[in-house]
Amino acid sequence: MNTSKMRHVVVVGNGMVGYKFCEKLVAKQKNGVQFTLTVFGEEPRAAYDRVHLSAYFDGKTAEDLTMAPESWYAENGIQLYLTDPVVDIDRERKEVRSHHGMVVPYDYLILATGSGAFVPPVAGVEKDGVFVYRTIEDLDLIQSYARRARKGAVMGGGLLGLEAAKALLDLGLETAHVIEFAPRLMPRQIDDAGSGILQRQLEALGLNIHLSKSTQEITGEDTIKGIQFADGSTLDVDMLIISAGIRPRDELAKATGLDTHPRGGIVVDNFLQTSDPAVFAIGECAVVHHMIYGLVAPGYEMAEVVAARLMGEEKEFKPFDMSTKLKLIGTDVASFGDPFIAEPSCRTISYENKAKGIYKRINISGDGRTLLGGILVGDADQYNMLLQTCKNKTILPPDPEDLILGSRGGEEAGAGVMGLPDEALICSCEAITKAMLCHEIGENGHTTIDSLKKATKACTGCGGCTPLVKDLIQGVQKQQGHYVRNVLCEHIDYTRQELLDLVKMNSLKTFDDVLDTFGKGDGCEVCKPAVASILASLWNENILEKGRATIQDSNDRFLANIQKGGTYSVVPRIPGGEITPDKLIVIGQVAKKYGLYTKITGGQRIDLFGAHVGDLPLIWEELINAGFESGHAYGKSLRTVKSCVGSTWCRFGVQDSVSFAIEVEDRYKGVRSPHKIKSGVSGCIRECAEAQSKDFGIIATEKGWNLYVGGNGGSKPQHAQLLASDVDKETCIRYIDRFLMFYIKTADPLTRTATWMNKMEGGMTYLKAVVVDDVLGIADELEREMQLLVDTFKCEWKEVVDNPELRKRFAHFVNVPEQKDPTVEFESLREMKRAKEWK
Amino acid sequence: METLLADKEEITWYLACRAEDVPADGGACVLINGHQIAIYNFARRGEWYATDNECPHRQQMALSRGMIGSQGDEPKVACPFHKKTFSLQTGQCLNDDGYQIMTFPVKVTNGMVYIGVE
Repeated sequence: MNTSKMRHVVVVGNGMVGYKFCEKLVAKQKNGVQFTLTVFGEEPRAAYDRVHLSAYFDGKTAEDLTMAPESWYAENGIQLYLTDPVVDIDRERKEVRSHHGMVVPYDYLILATGSGAFVPPVAGVEKDGVFVYRTIEDLDLIQSYARRARKGAVMGGGLLGLEAAKALLDLGLETAHVIEFAPRLMPRQIDDAGSGILQRQLEALGLNIHLSKSTQEITGEDTIKGIQFADGSTLDVDMLIISAGIRPRDELAKATGLDTHPRGGIVVDNFLQTSDPAVFAIGECAVVHHMIYGLVAPGYEMAEVVAARLMGEEKEFKPFDMSTKLKLIGTDVASFGDPFIAEPSCRTISYENKAKGIYKRINISGDGRTLLGGILVGDADQYNMLLQTCKNKTILPPDPEDLILGSRGGEEAGAGVMGLPDEALICSCEAITKAMLCHEIGENGHTTIDSLKKATKACTGCGGCTPLVKDLIQGVQKQQGHYVRNVLCEHIDYTRQELLDLVKMNSLKTFDDVLDTFGKGDGCEVCKPAVASILASLWNENILEKGRATIQDSNDRFLANIQKGGTYSVVPRIPGGEITPDKLIVIGQVAKKYGLYTKITGGQRIDLFGAHVGDLPLIWEELINAGFESGHAYGKSLRTVKSCVGSTWCRFGVQDSVSFAIEVEDRYKGVRSPHKIKSGVSGCIRECAEAQSKDFGIIATEKGWNLYVGGNGGSKPQHAQLLASDVDKETCIRYIDRFLMFYIKTADPLTRTATWMNKMEGGMTYLKAVVVDDVLGIADELEREMQLLVDTFKCEWKEVVDNPELRKRFAHFVNVPEQKDPTVEFESLREMKRAKEWK
Repeated sequence: METLLADKEEITWYLACRAEDVPADGGACVLINGHQIAIYNFARRGEWYATDNECPHRQQMALSRGMIGSQGDEPKVACPFHKKTFSLQTGQCLNDDGYQIMTFPVKVTNGMVYIGVE
């Protein structure tokens, strides 16, 4: 290292932005150090997270809030002086002098002095019991003073002021007031109507809000006793926190003759350079583009720009998007674009729901084509989508109110994948965004999953994004004006629903019959399991007979779930999660005998992992002899009906949820469907069985049962919707029969009930009309068809165990059936075993 | 495993299994000289194929348990793990260019299946 060539950078201020500058410069110098760094900080602590300062009152320690420990500075060769502010800059000699008398020369000087709390010139601000809300020291003082205070107030109704007011309540004060000079809360972010909604939420928490109040004097002898307002009114308080805005710390810059703004702040150009080319200013002390950026994100960007320019990179600080979304004491508050632009410069659409505490406003260009900005209070779920629409100047739909209200056709606007923003990560394994996929689909004609996989690698990792990608393909094609029929594949030019009807009318029972009659070619891994599912849903014959074994997906073909390494897992049915001690013992004995890893599943049963394919019939023989049945964990069919213990034991339960769960599980077990089906029964409104996250869920009421449908966990969780309330068991079962059969007959392959309902024209209203009101006149037929499936149920595993021909198929090597796959390897794990990791 | 005959192209034919051991329009795995080979009875086309049993994507011994079918006129098998599909004629992976499996000639005589290994 040649120290003579090394240039020296001094950073004045060790706040978040000053720290971020150090971090960025250190990172950029990984391939060769060109600069040494000295940092001066006024506070006794190294930089900490001031944005989350209020968390200090929730138990976060100063250490938790620290950006990087002091050791980090030492490890990176940074000389850090704390409790030692710079007091003088000599620009002629290019050196700074600190409070303790340190004199350090610089080649480049970075002013990151930030801001202090703005204290308005009101008489009495010097009294005891008056605080600002800026540093950890301030919070310590507030905390200790609050112990002997009963009534507190905060001057300032911005983000920080409201957080401070909440903190006063949390510190045990009896009353907390918020005093705002403007006629509304958070005047920089939201409008009057939004403020109104926010105010109600805050008042519900116990805060007293006073708007349009100008403070004239703080009264009391040496200690604050109250506040006198300009309108003559008064307020008795024991303490006051002033949070009335920020004042850029420009005194040092001013003293050394740098250009500063009349209203405060160090004036810099687009490169953050002050009137002295060797001196830069970043963060809240800088005035750039004629404004102070009072958020941390633009401050970080300024740090990046200066660090980059010192390293010789071309970079400029561009006007920064000030859109924000934050959670304010439990209430979402967001604003984006130009939130305040008003008519006639734009068209404004707003929605207000006082009961739910929701306010939404969007500002649309005069021609109705683009979104200019908006405000969301109480529900900011649409923030990302709206921000993207605004930033990208996306052309709006003809009814732009759908953006905040949802379409009133029954389907939620933007619930589908087409409503996601372009940069939404669809495939997180390969980091592929919606925009990348849309481009490949729309511009490059990759309109099948396979060709998209090749072009983008999407769906090649965990595969969890495949349904989303399929929806995207359809969505993009629809957008391009193509009429899309979701036909099965190249071999069968029918949708699943059409094919099911055709197969039924023609009484076809094998794959070859179906392909010969309605398809072409030899079939594939897409149409084979789809036809297998249709045949099972219609006729319920054993899925491994009449040549049907080889059209099943691997799990169905071996009636077990294939796992990493090629072994299988075994799940016996445990209806409703109820099991006798004797049966538990059998499961333990079987697991021990065959060396299986055992785990309790999310569906209240027991999964036995690591079974060799050849052992499956032996394992099942023992389980069946003990009274177990197949759990169909491998099938696109009913999995479990989860239950809470209900009124038989629980002191809250109003109905016997376990018995009903067992009844329901026994009724629908083995029914093959387009995708797996999960259910749950809860014995009271506390909903311990989480029935509302299931394809169909039942919750006990005082009068009967509430039936919910279309819930889902998984990658896109969705609550089930109420289909019928306070019905008796028989009615409940009849509705489930109709619901499931309607789903089985009309859903696309591998589509869960939630997705099926999301795509349904008319949504829940239509479904209710079909299932409850029977507007199509098919209810009897649906019930009959379901009853056939219930009546023809047979345990598949019992049939295999009892049939030597079927049993023979469970061998790894057909030429040496007694030999197990020698490549299967396990590793030990907590007294059991696990599959060896993929190579 | 008996060695039957070595013909001119220096292919050695191994007896693999009985034809009935491989389900129609499906696959089964045989062990030949310590090598796992998947045999497919493509009954719909009246053809037999054989490939490596190992799917190169995650090195899983699973192709014999995969579904077979066609893409255009190309016969193929889909790995049950992540649905990589391979041509039964060339062994080329059809939905990910990076992968290739070995294929072997198959003869069925008198109800017995033979695999040719060079």
